[in-house]
Amino acid sequence: MKKQFLKGWSSLFVLLLLFIIWEVAVRLADTPSWLLPSPAAIFTEAITGWSNFSIHLLSTVQLALLGFILGSVFGLLTAMVLHLVPFLREAVYPLLILSQNIPIIVLAPLLVIWFGFGLLPKLIVITLVCFFPITIAALDGFRQTPQDLKTYMMMAGANRKQLFWKLELPFSLPSLFSGIKISATYSVMGAVISEWLGAKTGIGVYMTLASSSFRTDRVFVAIFAIMLISLLFFAIILIAERKLVRWRSIEGETK
Amino acid sequence: MKLLTLESIGKSFGVNQVLNDLQFTIDQGEFVSIIGPSGSGKSTIFNMIGGLLTPDEGSIVLNGKRINGKRGSISYMPQSSSLLPWRSILNNVVLGQELQGAVDKDKAIAMLKKAGLEQFVHAYPHELSGGMKQRAAFIRALLSPQPLILLDEPFSALDELTRADMQRWLLDIWEQHQPTILFVTHNIEEALFLSDKILILSEKPAAIKKSYDVPFQRPRNEDLFLEETFLQSKKEVYHYLKNVD
Repeated sequence: MKKQFLKGWSSLFVLLLLFIIWEVAVRLADTPSWLLPSPAAIFTEAITGWSNFSIHLLSTVQLALLGFILGSVFGLLTAMVLHLVPFLREAVYPLLILSQNIPIIVLAPLLVIWFGFGLLPKLIVITLVCFFPITIAALDGFRQTPQDLKTYMMMAGANRKQLFWKLELPFSLPSLFSGIKISATYSVMGAVISEWLGAKTGIGVYMTLASSSFRTDRVFVAIFAIMLISLLFFAIILIAERKLVRWRSIEGETK
Repeated sequence: MKLLTLESIGKSFGVNQVLNDLQFTIDQGEFVSIIGPSGSGKSTIFNMIGGLLTPDEGSIVLNGKRINGKRGSISYMPQSSSLLPWRSILNNVVLGQELQGAVDKDKAIAMLKKAGLEQFVHAYPHELSGGMKQRAAFIRALLSPQPLILLDEPFSALDELTRADMQRWLLDIWEQHQPTILFVTHNIEEALFLSDKILILSEKPAAIKKSYDVPFQRPRNEDLFLEETFLQSKKEVYHYLKNVD
């Protein structure tokens, strides 16, 4: 525990150092603020512009959460179906990988043409980025279930359903959580990108407006906000993981 | 009373014939060991009784019912304890019951207490030593509702001292509950110490070369190991195992 604590602090320290170097460099070189604002200027903007920015922030958080939940459910369901129907797994797995090769930036305008400017195309974008890590992680987790545990369950008379719910699913939880963590951070990026498609509020909108009016300080506020939300999501998942997969973390500590 | 009967069982994997005309019976409440050269198809026999494999010929009859390829008719204790790491010991030992239907936690707790696992009822498997894990695995098999327990070299991964402890413990528990047990081992002493009957397998394709009735009275204790008659029996079994038809 103590080590982890120190680790957290050391990365914070490095970050602080970077900000100081940045601040000093900007001041010494006297860079114009539309090119690169100083951290202090960004911080000031974050405080003075909060009342305006908070609306955008809230809207993005909501969108990201909704998309993340949808993507997770979709990802887990896909993994379950593919695992339980081996024929489908062979047929669909390569397609899953292909689905990740579609550039979102190209797909997004198409989605607008098909589905308009509403919530649906945005959710499709976020789901598309979120489901993949979860599906892959869950599939790997299911497959790595040790053979001796499986043999015991089958000898003891477990049917396919019991084998999955009592053995394969709980065994895959640690692996599943790595997938969920990745998806949680992706969901924020996905939400911002989807807002570029056309929305009234959101960090994506705020960012576009800021950069087109050379308010570089606001662009940075948006960037830092995205990072913070991602970190927050990550932390929440981490806490949930500690609660749900307690056996794994205790196991690790005693070894 | 006959509990399990294997009638002229044959099994091949491709051209590799593993079992040929294998037959034996186990009576209700009997402790039977199977001993044989490694690779003689002991686990194939187990997998067939457990329903994971189907015999090519012959039939397996449990309690008058044919159970060829039918899973869940027996309870099982594997070589590795195979406890689920995310379940507490209590929830692990009731797993066999859970798969079949009703769960009786009070009985499970009582049995864990008797087995000296009282402090570990709510602990997780990784907190237990190898011997304690195997005890929990055996209690899980004992609590399962099926009438026959298969033990697949349950002590082979333990060190010598723990192993001797576990043999004594198993004997104790067996004398209390008298479950019907089919025990696979390649340790002659272990088989003699624990069982009523030893089935000696031949080389591949395996059949029963000899059914040896263990001559010692019960209850037994570890002094038995030092007796002249024990050594004599050991020689006999060794002879059957190695011989020269």
